[in-house]
Amino acid sequence: MLTIKCPWCGEREQIEFTAGGEAHIARPENTAELSDEEWGAYIYTRTNPKGVHYERWVHSHGCGKWFNAVRHTVTDIFWDVYKIGEEKPAVPEDWDGATTRAQYQAATQKTAAPDGNEK
Amino acid sequence: MAEPGVTQRLAAAGAAFTDPPAEGTVSTEPGALDAAGTRSPLSGLLGPAGGPVTFEERPFVGKLTLRGDPSNADFMAAAGKVLGTDIPTDPCRFVEHDGFRVHWIGFDNWLIHVPEGAEGPLKTKLEAALEGIHSAIVDVSDYYTVIRVQGAKARRLLQKGCPIDLHPRTFGPGQCAGTVFHHAAIFLAQTDADTDGGASYDIQIRWSFARYLWDYFVDGAREWGG
Amino acid sequence: MSQSYRIEGKGRIDRSKPIRFTWNGRSYQGYQGDTLASALLANGVRLVGRSFKYHRPRGIMTAGSEEPNAVVQLEEGARTEPNTRATMAELYDGLTANAQNCWPSVEFDVGALNAKLSRFFPAGFYYKTFMWPAALWEPLYEKIIRRAAGMGESPEEIDPDSYAQHFAHCDVLIAGGGPAGLSAALAAGRTGARVILADEGAEFGGSLLADTVEIAGKPAADWIAETVAELTAMPEVTLLPRTTVSAYYDHNFLTLTERVTDHMGPRADDSVPRQRFWKVRAKQTILAQGAIERPLLFADNDRPGVMLASAARTYINRYGVLPGREIVVFTGNDSAYPAALDAKAAGARVEIVDLRTDPKGPLVDHARAQGIEIHAGCGITGTRGTKALHGCDVAPLSEDGKSLADEPFSIGCDCIAVAGGWNPTVHLHSQARGKLSWDDTKQCFVPGYCQWPTRSAGAGNGTFDLAGCLDEGLKAGAAAAHEAGFGKGAAPEAPAVELSEEGPARQVWIVPSDVPLGHGKKHFHDHQNDVTAADIHLAAREGYVSVEHLKRYTTTGMGTDQGKTSNVNALAVMADIRNARIPEVGTTTFRPPYVPTTFGAIGGQNRRHLFLQERTTPMHAAHVANGAVFEDVGDWKRPWYFPRDGEDMHEAVQRECRQARETCGLLDASTLGKIDIQGPDAAWFLNMMYTNKWDTLAVGKGRYGVMLNEHGMVIDDGVTTRLAENHFHMTTTTGGAARVLGMLEEWLQTEWPERQVYCTSVTEQWAVCTITGPNAKALMADLTDDIDVDPANFPFLAYRTGTVAGAPARVYRISFTGDLAYEVNVPARHGLAVWTTILERGRKHGLVQYGTETMHVLRAEKGFIIVGQDTDGTVTPMDLGMNWIVSKKKDDFIGKRSHSRSDTAREGRKQLVGIMTEDPNVVLPEGAHLVNQPGKPPIAMEGHVTSSYMSPNVGRSIALGLIKGGRDRIGDTLHAPMMDGKTVHKVTLTEPVFFDKEGKRTNG
Repeated sequence: MLTIKCPWCGEREQIEFTAGGEAHIARPENTAELSDEEWGAYIYTRTNPKGVHYERWVHSHGCGKWFNAVRHTVTDIFWDVYKIGEEKPAVPEDWDGATTRAQYQAATQKTAAPDGNEK
Repeated sequence: MAEPGVTQRLAAAGAAFTDPPAEGTVSTEPGALDAAGTRSPLSGLLGPAGGPVTFEERPFVGKLTLRGDPSNADFMAAAGKVLGTDIPTDPCRFVEHDGFRVHWIGFDNWLIHVPEGAEGPLKTKLEAALEGIHSAIVDVSDYYTVIRVQGAKARRLLQKGCPIDLHPRTFGPGQCAGTVFHHAAIFLAQTDADTDGGASYDIQIRWSFARYLWDYFVDGAREWGG
Repeated sequence: MSQSYRIEGKGRIDRSKPIRFTWNGRSYQGYQGDTLASALLANGVRLVGRSFKYHRPRGIMTAGSEEPNAVVQLEEGARTEPNTRATMAELYDGLTANAQNCWPSVEFDVGALNAKLSRFFPAGFYYKTFMWPAALWEPLYEKIIRRAAGMGESPEEIDPDSYAQHFAHCDVLIAGGGPAGLSAALAAGRTGARVILADEGAEFGGSLLADTVEIAGKPAADWIAETVAELTAMPEVTLLPRTTVSAYYDHNFLTLTERVTDHMGPRADDSVPRQRFWKVRAKQTILAQGAIERPLLFADNDRPGVMLASAARTYINRYGVLPGREIVVFTGNDSAYPAALDAKAAGARVEIVDLRTDPKGPLVDHARAQGIEIHAGCGITGTRGTKALHGCDVAPLSEDGKSLADEPFSIGCDCIAVAGGWNPTVHLHSQARGKLSWDDTKQCFVPGYCQWPTRSAGAGNGTFDLAGCLDEGLKAGAAAAHEAGFGKGAAPEAPAVELSEEGPARQVWIVPSDVPLGHGKKHFHDHQNDVTAADIHLAAREGYVSVEHLKRYTTTGMGTDQGKTSNVNALAVMADIRNARIPEVGTTTFRPPYVPTTFGAIGGQNRRHLFLQERTTPMHAAHVANGAVFEDVGDWKRPWYFPRDGEDMHEAVQRECRQARETCGLLDASTLGKIDIQGPDAAWFLNMMYTNKWDTLAVGKGRYGVMLNEHGMVIDDGVTTRLAENHFHMTTTTGGAARVLGMLEEWLQTEWPERQVYCTSVTEQWAVCTITGPNAKALMADLTDDIDVDPANFPFLAYRTGTVAGAPARVYRISFTGDLAYEVNVPARHGLAVWTTILERGRKHGLVQYGTETMHVLRAEKGFIIVGQDTDGTVTPMDLGMNWIVSKKKDDFIGKRSHSRSDTAREGRKQLVGIMTEDPNVVLPEGAHLVNQPGKPPIAMEGHVTSSYMSPNVGRSIALGLIKGGRDRIGDTLHAPMMDGKTVHKVTLTEPVFFDKEGKRTNG
């Protein structure tokens, strides 16, 4: 049972959401001109990564809106969520999937600050 | 069985009830037609009276969904003018004005509750005001009914099936949310906070799920003497 | 034998409240505050069960939820519950319990013969014995294994109790209410954070309840009481005694099982739930579940009377029960010395067998001062007694601890209190994906890294001294609250505790005996599943050296206790064999639940009528009153047919079918999905979603459409009507309502957000009465004054608004029967009245109400498909012979491109055809396969029957099916072999329209 942050409604339980698979797979414009391979790639081929996954969710039992999320497929921790149409957020290469974007940035700032009272 | 079945009560209400030629049998459904020949999904059902949690159906609350683009100033202005209040753009909030309640459902989606019968005239007015602006107003008064839950244990009762955090620190009067109660999708609005630590909620539920939710509440309230 | 083992003046039991209970049919007395285990021990009952495999007599070994032996069958009849741990079952008046896993009685157990045959029950016994012939698995082996296994009995009646679920959220969830957990709650609670503190015991205090220590100069009990009082006064702190945190899932989601009334026993009134299942989302967790003492592995260490030293102390101090009158404390560390001292003080004769050659320190000195004999450098090499322990053999050990240094000598005893060190309870941490690390000094696994916001404190973190537990708990509580946004993170100062310094421990993982391992004596490490050190040796010899293999091969740790007392010992034996360190052998992953959880608690209220929602239409009351038999269509209860006096289903359906075509029929079609679609791009959108063209549709007219997925396969169908230039009313199948709306929204929101279309579900806004048949027009004319219902003026697929049966209505000329039909949509509140009015007015028109079965027959007579019945997600419109609905003019629509993929475009795909049996009375079973020629399997399948009925209007059976290349095989003869292996029906393929092939009836 994950906690998922809807970009509008905030953090809610997973049972309010439906997963929508990999994000940023645009429907081709001129479908008639595509080869079988190109069309097949659009409907079947997915990256299925171990690690950073850009994916879609819909808050089906909440506001009903679709949004995108970045989840680490090993830890199930979300880097962040973003609205449809917003730019795909870059994930730092050293992200180990153990923190959210906010936690990662807070930790980075703390390390950078000379008087940071890191425990 | 002292209680008359639905057949008898429907007959008393003037409704014919037979499949020609067979005579019907007694139903366990307690609801009957009202004088206007209409019936709400929870008609005739009574929840626990008194006690730390009470609930009752608010039948036939007028309900409209309003769709439109919140970034379109014309839309916002025209809709706001008809409703007499700005429509909320903060997620999961509702505003009340002059007997109307406008709930945020989604960023381009609002649910308007009005007294029974006011939905038709309001729909007409909104449609006129929004002429030429991409929008949609749909009457869903009969799609759903509303159950009002209140009392010191109202929150406890809802948390038996609702996973969102209804604690006063995170949810209070003026807030609303689409969520679930076990198998039922619900739309929940906290109407006011009581003084005894309880609160009052309006739960909007689809017609066909209303009985399920009602029965769940009845069962769930038993531990407090409901 | 009336509580002769009670210690005068000791314990937290209420002697003014005696309680009667029944154990194995005999009546005993205990006190309020007892567990079943403590009450049995107080009465001198030692033998509480038989072991799983060898049926060896077993006694109470622990005083907590880790108990492997004393698992009993609690209560009888509908409330009986197997595998209840006697150590956790609080005593109540009238409690009845029986030993399980023995027959005919615990005293005389036939299965004990297994013990004599034990060399035939080695590790992997079941795998080896019941391997061949495999065909006997179900009829024979499983029965033998089940009988022999005897894991208690399930109730056969419906559970009379009620259960509840509760969703909760908190800032800090603390599992375990001992010294560390209470301290954590105090520190976190004082910050104002929302705290839940759960402890599986009846009282908070944990190990302190069995201790004689002082905190801040006061007895521990006073500190507990003060702490609990302070916590109780905090409005945001929830205290949950008798509540086990049983599972730890992702994103700090934990489930708790609260035993609300178990301690009161069965109650006639079930209004208060017996157990409550908490589903908690915690911002932070603190795991303070303490530690479980490790038994020592010595020869025949399973006699009734062998128990953990900590348990012995708990029985003495908490329950006022002496676990034996002659107690041998067998230990390798100082932690067992207080038990020895307390036992001595309570009047027992006590001797200590200490593995250490030179034990020293204040505790050892104290024991000596009390006159307790200490056998240093010794181990127990064997035990005596069958149903009760009456002695043990003790011998000095060699320096490496692997052999005896001298001949054994005997000590008479009725209790051996063993202390082999401590294992922190790391189960929840492990469930939460937390890593475990091995602490060489403490000789145990301690919690390591965990990705979720959790921290462990106290003994569960490997901090075994009380001062450390209190301090760590306070710090953990303050830190967790701070991270959840409360307080500054500074912990309150820990109360002072007088420390008794402990000397170093000696760990001997396998205590040697006078005979080689596995010869004549048994070193049990897993008492519940009867697994011995010799079994691990055997497994290793056979190559099962990985922990996961070892576990499954020997079944170690796989009982209801999940190896709480056995896992680390098993690893130690394997490490010894492999000459490796324990962490190199590894550890298994702990999985939820921590302790057995009742299905009742997990199910909560979700049972009986609340198990699954029953969705009903506004007309349901009428259907019930009219005797409808209902069919489950998804969650909906739809009238299936309306039998009249004495009719069976077949008779009722035949009558309804005939009458609906002869005069007129009425169907409740309210469940059809309905979607309101508005916006300037609505027609464009429908063009994309449906295969045919929509921009050309006139206002006020409807059109049938099929909807595909991108694979080009049919997923839904229905009629959509243009209400206004930019306004459509779409209908979907009953089952597809939610799915189709979801798909529309998905495309609009994610692919075409710039398109101006709004979709709103209106499924339940409208109650739908479908009136069909030759008399439909006349009946409609009787129902409405303001709609001209004449088909000449109200054509097929047109739409009108007006008043029908007194209600505002939208009427659609849609027909799923092929006959003249009107779909009357009224707001749901009017549904019941309109339905009953139609029934009444229909009387003179010969109206029959019909259900879904007749609806199916009537549409099949016309060859109309039902998506999901005649299609299965692999069927294109062309496969259905519906090329006419697939626009050739449109550049694109969802699924179009897939129709030119090689497999979709190929010849020989399964296609929809009609199927006529040679014998008109034979109704083929749906799903029946057709073959070219019957014969011996394997036979090539040509396709299958999707719909099949007896049609009174055609006057014979009819069927639809999907057959390879079927459109080109109309007229061919195929065969349908039946399940009995003998009957074969000859069939002919036909066009899939059986009735009114010219379609003359649509307009009456």
